[in-house]
Amino acid sequence: MSKFGKKKKPMPAVNTASLPDIVFMLLFFFMVTTVMRETDLKIENPLLPNASEVKKLEHKSLVSTIYVGRAKDKKYGTGDKIQLNDKIATPKDIAAFIYNERSQRSEKEQPYMTTSIKADVTCSVGTISDIKLALRDVNALKISFSSRKSSDIKQ
Amino acid sequence: MARRETPEINAGSMADIAFLLLIFFLVTTTMDVDSGISKKLSEKPPKDYVPPIIKERNIFEVNINRNNELLVEGETMKIEELKDATLKFIDNGGGDGKIVDGVSTGKCDYCKGARSTSSSDHPNKAIISVQSDRGTEYGMYIKVQNELLKAYTELRNRLAIDTYNVSYDALEKAYKDDRTDEKLKAKVDFVKTRYPQIISDAEPTSAN
Repeated sequence: MSKFGKKKKPMPAVNTASLPDIVFMLLFFFMVTTVMRETDLKIENPLLPNASEVKKLEHKSLVSTIYVGRAKDKKYGTGDKIQLNDKIATPKDIAAFIYNERSQRSEKEQPYMTTSIKADVTCSVGTISDIKLALRDVNALKISFSSRKSSDIKQ
Repeated sequence: MARRETPEINAGSMADIAFLLLIFFLVTTTMDVDSGISKKLSEKPPKDYVPPIIKERNIFEVNINRNNELLVEGETMKIEELKDATLKFIDNGGGDGKIVDGVSTGKCDYCKGARSTSSSDHPNKAIISVQSDRGTEYGMYIKVQNELLKAYTELRNRLAIDTYNVSYDALEKAYKDDRTDEKLKAKVDFVKTRYPQIISDAEPTSAN
């Protein structure tokens, strides 16, 4: 019965001296890879389509993004909504949006500007077509249908 | 000359500061690189523009209706079969190619198709026309575009492997890494002009 009376040896503390190093390493990793989101979404986060033949958009600074999807706020009603910058807009506003984007870049860069369309898979082609026509009117001909890379079709 | 020892700075809170920053970046980070199917829109035609007359056999018609069903060249088709049908159409090589800068490109000597007289003449004449409805789902539209592009990629890869023993993807990637390489550019252009992507989007139909 003398075993119960015995005092247990205290556990040695784990050495945490290298903890800051580990944390710093992680910190630098995230600092380097981070990209801040510049606009907050007024539409529900679009579920992008899957595609295998995708190309990466190379110059991030030359990309202007148009979001298409259902509005978060019920006051805009249901159906496909277009978001430019941080406002819900109509296809008529696209021309002004593109001119505004152009004015922020130098003339040299303008031919390389791309419009990325981030649309939800459930959107209708009609909405996308309206956007395409509006873009064609202002001669913003390079577009990219944002999609996630996947190797095969899911049915 | 007794040197006084400088007291060490207490670095105990360093980990806390680092953690705080770490958590901030963890929350704000978005890893995804924006990628997508790139497309070049056609320029707005002038008002008095008369579209050129194109032989019916050189047009590959893809229709998507509002129920996301495919109609290819007048027959219903499943999306899985679209790539092969497209490939056959582009690679048919049944006649003479387009006249570029006054020089006829002649017969397609790199095509391995059936050379049928009812399908396309030459890859540079083969036009794929996608007609969708306003009510078609965007996801389906992208799927179709993707299948069409897949056919082109397969043909380009095949040609690149036959001529240069490297796939077109590898060629393109190498060129992207070194844009000053003229030889590589010539190779990429060689394959590109032999299988040019001609996909046109017709104005979508609407119900009313």
